[in-house]
Amino acid sequence: MVPELGQFALILALILAVAQGTLPLIGAARGVAPWMGLARPAAQGQFVFVAIAFGCLTYSFVNNDFSVLYVASNSNTTLPLQYRIAAVWGGHEGSLLLWVLMLTLWTMAVSVFSDRLPDDIVSRVLGVLGLISVGFLCFMLFTSNPFDRLLPAAMDGRDLNPLLQDPGMVFHPPMLYMGYVGFSVAFAFAIAALLSGRLDATWARWSRPWTTLAWMFLTLGIALGSWWAYYELGWGGWWFWDPVENASFMPWLMGTALIHSLAVTEKRGAFKSWTVLLAIFAFALSLLGTFLVRSGVITSVHAFATDPKRGIFILAFLVIVIGGSLILFAWRAHRVGLGGRFDRVSRESFLLLNNVMLVVATGSVLLGTLYPLFLDALGLGKISVGPPYFDTVFVALMAPALFLMGVGPLARWKQASLPELATRLKWAFAVAVVGALLLPLTMGKWTPLATFGFLLALWIVASSVTTLWSRLKQTPAAGLGAKLRTQSRSYYGMLLAHVGVAVFVVGVTMVKSYEAEKDVRLAVGEAVELGGYAFRLDALNEVTGPNYRAMRGTLTVTRDGAAVRTMYPEKRIYNVQKNAMTEAAIDTGFTRDLYVSLGEPVGNNAWLVRVQVKPFVDWIWGGCVLMALGGLLSVLDRRYRVAVRARAEAVAAAGTAAAG
Amino acid sequence: MKPRHRRIVLIVAGVAGLGIAAWLVLSAFQQNLVFFFTPTQVAANEAPKGRAFRVGGMVEVGSVKRQPDGVTVQFVVTDTAKSIPVAYKGVLPDLFREGKGVVTQGRLENGLFVASEVLAKHDENYMPPEAADAMKKGQAINEKATHTIVNPPQGK
Repeated sequence: MVPELGQFALILALILAVAQGTLPLIGAARGVAPWMGLARPAAQGQFVFVAIAFGCLTYSFVNNDFSVLYVASNSNTTLPLQYRIAAVWGGHEGSLLLWVLMLTLWTMAVSVFSDRLPDDIVSRVLGVLGLISVGFLCFMLFTSNPFDRLLPAAMDGRDLNPLLQDPGMVFHPPMLYMGYVGFSVAFAFAIAALLSGRLDATWARWSRPWTTLAWMFLTLGIALGSWWAYYELGWGGWWFWDPVENASFMPWLMGTALIHSLAVTEKRGAFKSWTVLLAIFAFALSLLGTFLVRSGVITSVHAFATDPKRGIFILAFLVIVIGGSLILFAWRAHRVGLGGRFDRVSRESFLLLNNVMLVVATGSVLLGTLYPLFLDALGLGKISVGPPYFDTVFVALMAPALFLMGVGPLARWKQASLPELATRLKWAFAVAVVGALLLPLTMGKWTPLATFGFLLALWIVASSVTTLWSRLKQTPAAGLGAKLRTQSRSYYGMLLAHVGVAVFVVGVTMVKSYEAEKDVRLAVGEAVELGGYAFRLDALNEVTGPNYRAMRGTLTVTRDGAAVRTMYPEKRIYNVQKNAMTEAAIDTGFTRDLYVSLGEPVGNNAWLVRVQVKPFVDWIWGGCVLMALGGLLSVLDRRYRVAVRARAEAVAAAGTAAAG
Repeated sequence: MKPRHRRIVLIVAGVAGLGIAAWLVLSAFQQNLVFFFTPTQVAANEAPKGRAFRVGGMVEVGSVKRQPDGVTVQFVVTDTAKSIPVAYKGVLPDLFREGKGVVTQGRLENGLFVASEVLAKHDENYMPPEAADAMKKGQAINEKATHTIVNPPQGK
C-alpha cells in the first residue's frame, strides 16, 4: 500500500511540475498575472508530493518491505537502522529520488524567499525549475521507478554494499546533491534573464546568494566524499581523479568561476553574457555528472546501473537542456549586453583571467574524463588517462590563478596601476618567499614542490592580510574594533574562503612531499619503524559485528619509546555479500595522521600490513570547510537581507496608508 | 601605439597564451595515456616496450604465490588463450581473488609484467569491463582454434 502511495505522489508531483513548467512561463511572456501566480503554489505542492514519495520509500526501507524490488536489492534485515535510512539513496532509483527531492526543495526555497523579486522573474525562474523537474520525474517514472514491486517478495534483502555502510553515506550524497542541484537555481535565473532580456546589478544580487549557497554545499559534498574515500577505501588515498570524482569537480570549478563572475556583474554591471554562459555551463556539467555517474557509462563503485535505456534518456535530456539553452543564449544574449568597460589592468581583468584559468582547467578535466569514453564508444581501443596528467595540468593552470588571488582583491575596479600594486604587495611577497624557503627545512628535507606549495599558500595569506590592512586604513571609523565591524560579511567571507584555499594548498603540499608509506609483513610481536614512529603488532583477534565477522589487529604505536596510541585495524567479511572490506585504523592529528590497514594473511600468524604517516592531511578537508564557511558568511551578508526588510517595511507602510 | 595596434597586440598575446596552454595540456595528455592490452596482444608483441600499459583478464586459479618476504606476490593473468606472469609488491585489493577479473598497470620486463598498480573492482559479481572484454576475445580465439581442428574431419 505504502509504495503505491509513493508512486501516486510522484505522478501528482509530475502533473504539478508540468503545470509549473508551462503556465507561468507563458503567463510571463504574455503578461497574464493569474498564470504567473500559479508558479508558487505549484512549486510548493510539488515539494510536498515529492517529500511524501521520499517518506514512503524511507518507510519501506525502515520496515524491511522486501516486496519492493529496490528495497530488496539494497537492504537487509540485519542492516542497522541508520544505514537502512541511508540505503534510500544507496542505489540508482533512490538517488534519483533524492535528486528530485533536492530540486523541489531548492525550488520551494526560491518560491518562499523571493518576495522582493518582480513577479515575471519569479514565474520564469520557477517555470524553468519546473521543466527540469519534469525531465527528472519522467526519467524516474518511466525508466527507474523506485517503487517497482518484487512478487513474490524476497525473504531477505541483498544488503547494502558494505562500502556504503558508513556515516559518510549518510551525509555525502545529500550534501553533494544539494550542490549539484543548487546550480539549477543559478541556471534558472540565467534563463529567466535571457527570456526577459533584463540582466542588471539587481539581477546579480538576486541570483548571487543562491549560487554561493549551492557552491558551498558542493564544496562540502566533495570534501566529504574525499574524506570518506580516504578512511573507507582503506588505502589512504584522498583523490584519485576517478571519472566520478571528476564529474563532481567540474561543476565545482565552473561554479567557482561563476561566483567570481557574478561578483563583477553585481558590483560593476560587467561580464553579463559571460555570467549567463557560466551559469549554463555549471548546470550542464552538473547534469553531465549525473549522466556519467548514473548511466553506467563509467563502471565504478558509483555506477549502480548499466541500462542503456537510462543512458539514452539522460543523454537526450542533456542535449535538450544544453542545446536549448545555448540556442536561447545565441538568440537573446545581445539583449542582455556585455556590460561595463574596464581597463586592461583592473580588478575586472584579474577576475577575467581567473575565470579563464578555471574554465581551461575544467576543459582539461573534461578532456581527460571523456576522451577514454569516446575512444571506447567508437571502438578505437581502451585507454585510461593517468593521474599524472591531471596533476601536471592542474598545478600548471592553478598556480597563476592562485597568484592572482593575492592581487585581485587589492586591485581597483575599472582601472588599477601595476606599479602601485607592486609597492603595496612587496612585503607580502617577501614574507611568502622567505617562508617558502625556510619552512621546508623544518621538515628535514627540501624539495622544489614543497617550496612552491608554501610560496603559493603564504602568498595568499600574506596578501589577504595586506588587503584587509589597507582596507581598514581607508575605513573612516575610529578604533580598530569599530573598523573591523564596519567591513561587510561578504568581504570577510571572501577572505576566509581564500585563506581556506591556502590551508588546502598547505595540506596537499605536505602530503605530496612528506608522506611515508610501507607495506610490510608483520607477525605478532614484530614491529616496523616509519617516520619516527614504531608500529608493533601486539595481537590478532577474531571479532563479530552486527552483520559481519572481522579479524582485528592490535597495534601499539610508540615514538622515542613513549606510547602514542593503540590502533585497531580490521579486515571484515560481510555476511550477506561475502565481500572483504578493509577497515583502516586512523589516528587523526593536527599535524599528521597515522594510518594502518590490514592487507592479507601471509601464513605463520603473520599479516601483510600497510602503515602510513600522512603529515597535515586533515588540512586538505579543513581548507575545504573554511572555503564553505566563507561562502556561508557571504550569503549571510546584510545587503541581501536589508532589501527584504526594506520591501517588507514598504508593504507594511502601504498597508497602513491604505487602512488610514 | 594607437589603440587599434594595442588591441591587435593584446589579441595576438591572448591567442599565443591559449596556444601554449593547449599545447602543454595536450602533450601532458599524450604522455599520460595508458593503453590497454589483452594477454594475447602482449604475447604477439603488440604492447609498447619501456612504457607503462595495462593488462587485464582473469587471475589464473592456483597461480598466486607470495614470496618469503610476504610483500612481493606473483600471479598469472590469462584471457584463456594466452597468459602473462605478473609480479607486484604490496597489498592486493580486497576483491582480488583467483578466478576473478583483474586489471594491472605496469611495464614489461623480460617477459615478466612488473605491476605498479592492481585494480579489482568492489563488487563480487562485477568484472572490470576491460578484463571482461579481454576474456571474450581470448575465448573467441580458443573457439576458432578448436573449429579449425574439428572442422576438417567433418568436412570429409
